[in-house]
Amino acid sequence: MIKVLRSGFYSSIQDLGRQGVMHYGVPQSGAMDRYAARLANMLLGNEETAAVMEITMTGPVLEFETDTYICLSGAEMSPKLNDSIIAVNKPIKVLAGDVLSFGKLQTGFRSYLAVLGGLLTETVLHSRSMYQGITKQVTLFKNDVLPIASSKPLNTMHHANIRPNSTYLTENRLAVFKGPEFGMLSREQQEHLLSFQFSISKTHNRMGYHLKERLEHNLGSIITSPVLPGTVQLTPSGTLIVLMRDCQTTGGYPRILQLSEMAMHTLAQKFTGQTVRFKLL
Amino acid sequence: MRFELAYKPYGLHAILVAWPASISETILQDVLAFKQTVLESKVQQVSEVVTAYHSVLVIYESAYSDFNREVALLKAIYASKAPYKALIKTLWRIPVCYEADHAPDLEALAKAKKIAQGTIVKKHSSAVYTVYFIGFLPGFLYLGGLDAQLYMPRKATPALRVEKGSVAIGGEQTGVYPSVSPGGWHVIGNTPIDFFDATKETPCFAQPGDRIVFYPVSLEMYNDIQTLVKGGVYQLESEVLND
Repeated sequence: MIKVLRSGFYSSIQDLGRQGVMHYGVPQSGAMDRYAARLANMLLGNEETAAVMEITMTGPVLEFETDTYICLSGAEMSPKLNDSIIAVNKPIKVLAGDVLSFGKLQTGFRSYLAVLGGLLTETVLHSRSMYQGITKQVTLFKNDVLPIASSKPLNTMHHANIRPNSTYLTENRLAVFKGPEFGMLSREQQEHLLSFQFSISKTHNRMGYHLKERLEHNLGSIITSPVLPGTVQLTPSGTLIVLMRDCQTTGGYPRILQLSEMAMHTLAQKFTGQTVRFKLL
Repeated sequence: MRFELAYKPYGLHAILVAWPASISETILQDVLAFKQTVLESKVQQVSEVVTAYHSVLVIYESAYSDFNREVALLKAIYASKAPYKALIKTLWRIPVCYEADHAPDLEALAKAKKIAQGTIVKKHSSAVYTVYFIGFLPGFLYLGGLDAQLYMPRKATPALRVEKGSVAIGGEQTGVYPSVSPGGWHVIGNTPIDFFDATKETPCFAQPGDRIVFYPVSLEMYNDIQTLVKGGVYQLESEVLND
């Protein structure tokens, strides 16, 4: 078991999300930065679908009630086990009674905590990813107790060949594909879209990242049609919304770009004021 | 009937198939028949097929290696599709309380439209609505078939809280809020029926192509039905349609 002593800014349980339920209007959800979530699991020899804790901006304080191994990936948040600084992207042995805490946010915005065997919180519609109206909880709270697998030895063979990559955390180019309505933009608008620098507005969360700068245009709405995480929507006011993992399943704004998987990991690590550029693949 | 379809890449994991840009029953039937044929033909790697008014998103488990090859496959599937597939359709009868306690915007709507409240209720509850697709929120049905006299632009400022079960009008559409949510539609009633249940393997009772009828119930009746729904013993009225 893991006991939540403090919850942090926004901590939730995520795995790789829900598949096959979009046609019920259910968002995919899952880790915002899947690369980091997968990496933390792989370094422990977990299944890649094992549930992890997604930690946003400010870390929680967690007390372990069982001996286990953990691994942190993604944003660098100065993690400490009891009083000692610990490394990221490395399996760490934890004993019952140990307390994990976090300090200053160094790089990125979201960190992932994997635990040997995965976090065993409730499964709804084949996933443990927390989402409003699907799981009982949407975020973690003080005094929550999270079930984990009982202690077992770590199979270090799993991570012998893994070379973690951290450059994507500070990258500001987002590799994108043309979206279905990209062709509705004029040549000039397309050029602006692909050459401007866009900054992250105050409105950014698991549903979407709203960008600040506007793209002048005269496009209307489209007939409501499916959207996916990574879809870049152009709103009537000209602001861009990049849909993230908890986004709705359909939308009525033109879909002008689609982020690559790697670009989604990168954007998930950005926060207010930081800038990005779109780079067509 | 066959349409000229557009096939567009949607990232590396999905392909968007688009019908001519209009909303019609004919297109809906073709969209649903295409979805069914794709699922039946068991195309390798297809993990999900999502439909909307005039489009289908085919989602693949992993990145496809050759877009043109996948499109050729989907085109062949569309060509092989029976011109008309009789899909099993269900008509669902949904009890709605249109009384003031549950209809916060009915009075204002009646005033704005210069139609008596009773007439709005009568028109709203005498139409047969078609389920086009589910989106926006888990279990939110996009319904077609609203009486043109009830069309009403969405509120300029959305309400921060629309109650679960709210039956509302927005633009040329009507719908039921399956959960508490912010929303810009005009609430004219409330239903005690659950439109989404995450604990069920099939969380929505209705599916695209089905029909919905709303019928007015008193506040007492609403409360009785709500008790039965909460106890898990309410039997929703429905019939299978053959056409």
